[in-house]
Amino acid sequence: MPRHRPIETALAEHPFLAGLEARHVELLAGCARNIRFAASERIFESGGAADDFYLLRSGRVALEVHVPGRGPVTLQTLDPPDVLGWSWLVPPYRWQYDARTVEATAAFALDGKCLRGKCEDDHELGYQLYRRFLPVVQSRLQSTRMQMLDVFAASPAGGDAP
Amino acid sequence: MTAVDSMRPAIATVRAVRRETADVVTIRLDHGDRSDAFEPGQFHMLYAFGAGEVPISVSGRPARGGGVEHTIRAVGATTRALCRLRRGGTVGVRGPFGTAWPVEEARGRDVVLVAGGIGLAPLRPVIQRIIAERELYGRVTVLYGARTPDDILFEADLARWRGRFDLQVGVTVDHADASWRGHVGVVTTLLTDVDLDPDACLAILCGPEVMMRFTAAELEARGIPRREIWVSLERNMHCGVGLCGHCQMGPELVCRRGPVYRLDHVGRLLGVREV
Repeated sequence: MPRHRPIETALAEHPFLAGLEARHVELLAGCARNIRFAASERIFESGGAADDFYLLRSGRVALEVHVPGRGPVTLQTLDPPDVLGWSWLVPPYRWQYDARTVEATAAFALDGKCLRGKCEDDHELGYQLYRRFLPVVQSRLQSTRMQMLDVFAASPAGGDAP
Repeated sequence: MTAVDSMRPAIATVRAVRRETADVVTIRLDHGDRSDAFEPGQFHMLYAFGAGEVPISVSGRPARGGGVEHTIRAVGATTRALCRLRRGGTVGVRGPFGTAWPVEEARGRDVVLVAGGIGLAPLRPVIQRIIAERELYGRVTVLYGARTPDDILFEADLARWRGRFDLQVGVTVDHADASWRGHVGVVTTLLTDVDLDPDACLAILCGPEVMMRFTAAELEARGIPRREIWVSLERNMHCGVGLCGHCQMGPELVCRRGPVYRLDHVGRLLGVREV
């Protein structure tokens, strides 16, 4: 019979949580579960309650927005060990975009609603989570700004007059 | 080549034309003895008769048939004329001009090549050279960012390179619809998957300056010193031999002292507005 490792052990090994104290990992483990999604499965939809976030372990997830007349447009894809979702941290706790698996995906799902309570009770835990989420937010903001610049769009170059 | 020779175009015949994307074409030119006389990173001045002359990087050697390849994006009158060329057509060619990528300096090292958009074209001869003498290099990584899946250049090459066990290849696009199953995000996001050894790594970047600036910043944050990062600068090159001054960037005449530079030599200029 296969032996299953406790979720605390697996969580502690996820790069997003590297350096977190054992007591905090234990607190997180109380709100965590293993989850698997099939390919092309919707994980969440914009406007829905953002009560979870996900630490990816395998697979690929697309963050999408539905554009009328164009259908779903992929804004970014996430691969392990990326973290999916931070709307659970920010009122009104609603997803801003859609998330859909591009391929079969495994992740730790963490109950954000439960964690919000734990962060209120233990500000050190809250600080440790925020200091891990902020660089993710910064990096995604940076990427989005670069995408908006559309640097690969054609422009006359090398003296070639339009 | 003397300055006088450099100003006189040779006539080259178009041996083959391959459409890469809606606005990018690769032409194979035969200009006799000169066809072999280039180093990866150098460019030719291609003259489309009746339209004008533009600098176009060499994008490689064809797998068969000899000659030299140039990959051209139709962005203006001259490049549009070049993209309309058909087999048997002729163009004027001057060059090769400019500095080369540090292919020999990279021997014995890990090499990370990061290309964006049409910037994959000047890196293709480097990748071809590395593959031809693969045992001379450490880990080799090719990261490529395109605007959309339809803008990906050299798809057959990328598929072949990806199929090798001795190359790590990552491809991403900035924009895609749900039918694209690959990576979406800027090219710097691909670097997170690359195991970089700052003491052994040499990085080669080619693409829009904004892309190179952010990629270089990411590499520096990962411990790669500026002297080990190489970039290619695109400027308005006309004469190709440092006489006319059109390509001047601060104290640099890019056609002669570039287009390939070590980042510690030009990094400060990249941060200066309107240079």
